[in-house]
Amino acid sequence: MFSYILKRLIWTIPTLFGVTLMVFSMVHLSPGDPAVAILGDKANAQSVKELRTQMGLDKPIYTQYFIYMSNIAKGDFGKSATSYEPVLDEFLDRFPATIELASLAMIIATVLGVLAGIISAIKRYSIFDYTSMFAALAGVSMPVFWLGLILIYFFAVKLGVLPVSGRLGYEFDIDHITGFYLIDSLLVKDYEAFWDALRHLILPAVALGTIPMAIIARMTRSSMIEVMKEEYIKTARAKGCSRFQVIAIHALRNALMPVVTIIGLMFGSLFAGSILTETTFSWPGIGKWLVNAVYQRDFPVIQSATLIIATVFIAINLIVDLLYAVINPKIRLS
Amino acid sequence: MRDFIKQYKKNKSAVVGFFIVLILLILALFAPFIASHLPADQNLADRLIPPMWEEGGVTTHILGTDDFGRDLFSRIIYGARISLMVGAISVGMSLTFGLVMGLVAAYFGGKVDLFVMRIVDIMLSIPAILLAIVIVSILGPSLVNAMIAIGIVGIPTYARVVRASVLAEREKEYVIASRINGSSNMRLMFKVILPNAATPIIVQSTMGFASAVLEAAGLSFLGLGAQPPTPEWGAMLSDSLQFITTAPWMIFYPGLAIFFTVLGFNLMGDGLMDVLDPKLKDK
Repeated sequence: MFSYILKRLIWTIPTLFGVTLMVFSMVHLSPGDPAVAILGDKANAQSVKELRTQMGLDKPIYTQYFIYMSNIAKGDFGKSATSYEPVLDEFLDRFPATIELASLAMIIATVLGVLAGIISAIKRYSIFDYTSMFAALAGVSMPVFWLGLILIYFFAVKLGVLPVSGRLGYEFDIDHITGFYLIDSLLVKDYEAFWDALRHLILPAVALGTIPMAIIARMTRSSMIEVMKEEYIKTARAKGCSRFQVIAIHALRNALMPVVTIIGLMFGSLFAGSILTETTFSWPGIGKWLVNAVYQRDFPVIQSATLIIATVFIAINLIVDLLYAVINPKIRLS
Repeated sequence: MRDFIKQYKKNKSAVVGFFIVLILLILALFAPFIASHLPADQNLADRLIPPMWEEGGVTTHILGTDDFGRDLFSRIIYGARISLMVGAISVGMSLTFGLVMGLVAAYFGGKVDLFVMRIVDIMLSIPAILLAIVIVSILGPSLVNAMIAIGIVGIPTYARVVRASVLAEREKEYVIASRINGSSNMRLMFKVILPNAATPIIVQSTMGFASAVLEAAGLSFLGLGAQPPTPEWGAMLSDSLQFITTAPWMIFYPGLAIFFTVLGFNLMGDGLMDVLDPKLKDK
């Protein structure tokens, strides 16, 4: 067990190294001089030269990489080329918005997905099974940004019951305590603001949660069907357990093992999905921040956002793998 | 082959998928004959006309027009060409590189395998759309660069699939027999092993087509792929955002086109998996 954890931890080092190398080389791979890109075409040679020195571009490439890495180790991700704010501060400002969105999306996806999967497995080949499995297939094929637009049209434009975009109505002003509006509004007991923040969250969270929900539903169904064939289910039935007991206690616990892994991995990919969802709903999170940085060719932001998102993604995968080893005796004991 | 068709026909959703893809191909090939207008034809007098069955709609513009008075139906039809081209080119690119990487890794094993799979792991450790955005931000936004980005992003998945299926074949008797007969490494890899390891690769390519179309639409929606006035479905959706209250048809139909295309390839991939290798299912 210990050696497995150690091995898994050590393997992340070359992966992280590879990611930093890739992110670092971005600036050098893009056509043109980065200094000219920042100053514009009309900049004079002297100021370009000064900026190159300032950015360390005149040093050998391995020295540049070393400087880049030691800065990151110190928590210095550089400054945005457009706002001149430290990248890390900008990131921390926006990260809670993305986490809040991704968390609610994941809760919706897990609850509904697991429920639909279980019912489909128990009532196999029923109308519910066919409908939910078709819906699951449709969910996987749905462009998340299109679903977002359709939701906006029906619930915000047509019915007018939910807001079109953003995180909070202009009339509200919440103190940034944790950065999570749902939590902050509850902390200051501003229930109207809480309700407004929740209303803003629903549509983007549903849009973002649809694909994971579809995958979780399909996974739960097939895993549940597999488990229901096992001998221990027959034993449980034979000893007189009720149908509910068999399903909820004996089958579900075992069937959820692979589902837990998938849920963990999905959480990582939700960050990626949030790039499109945040753009659709003007959600002020890291996805929209990254896309804006690409429009403005703000390389320090693109580099750091990529590095941070990739690191979070790698960390989540690592945690999922380790948790899985803890729950699954086959790996734990090997 | 006859067996294959018989088996495939039995799978209803696979047949639906096949027909969706067939219709797309027909639309793409015969776009000039099916479309009523040229995709870039503007007519500002006819801007924002609703679909013909809605109030104010006209029969000359079946699905209505956009903010430049361009015929939506024609743009969607021509869009099929772009989506199929994007899918084919990026899948072709991922497949070519992935195939070589996976084949080499599995065939030679040892350090070569370790090295190649490390690169694959690093690429897979970054979410696909993020990696695609990074590549486009380096190369600059355009449809061609989006295709390249999607092609590169797909490589590790193909490399993994190819490696796994080649590993399963490598030690089989017919391979050993062929090796004893004096076949070269190249012959063993491409002529002997590859045809027998092709099933999962075919399935992956079909499913990969679906995700390539989806990713391309996503990049174009973000403004990083096809640029106006290209009739690309994702780019059309991105234009429609500001007309959500006044011209909702600009949102519905391009999205529906993406949805059906992706669904078609997914259904076909699912069906191929069932028929060619039932064991792969639920893995």
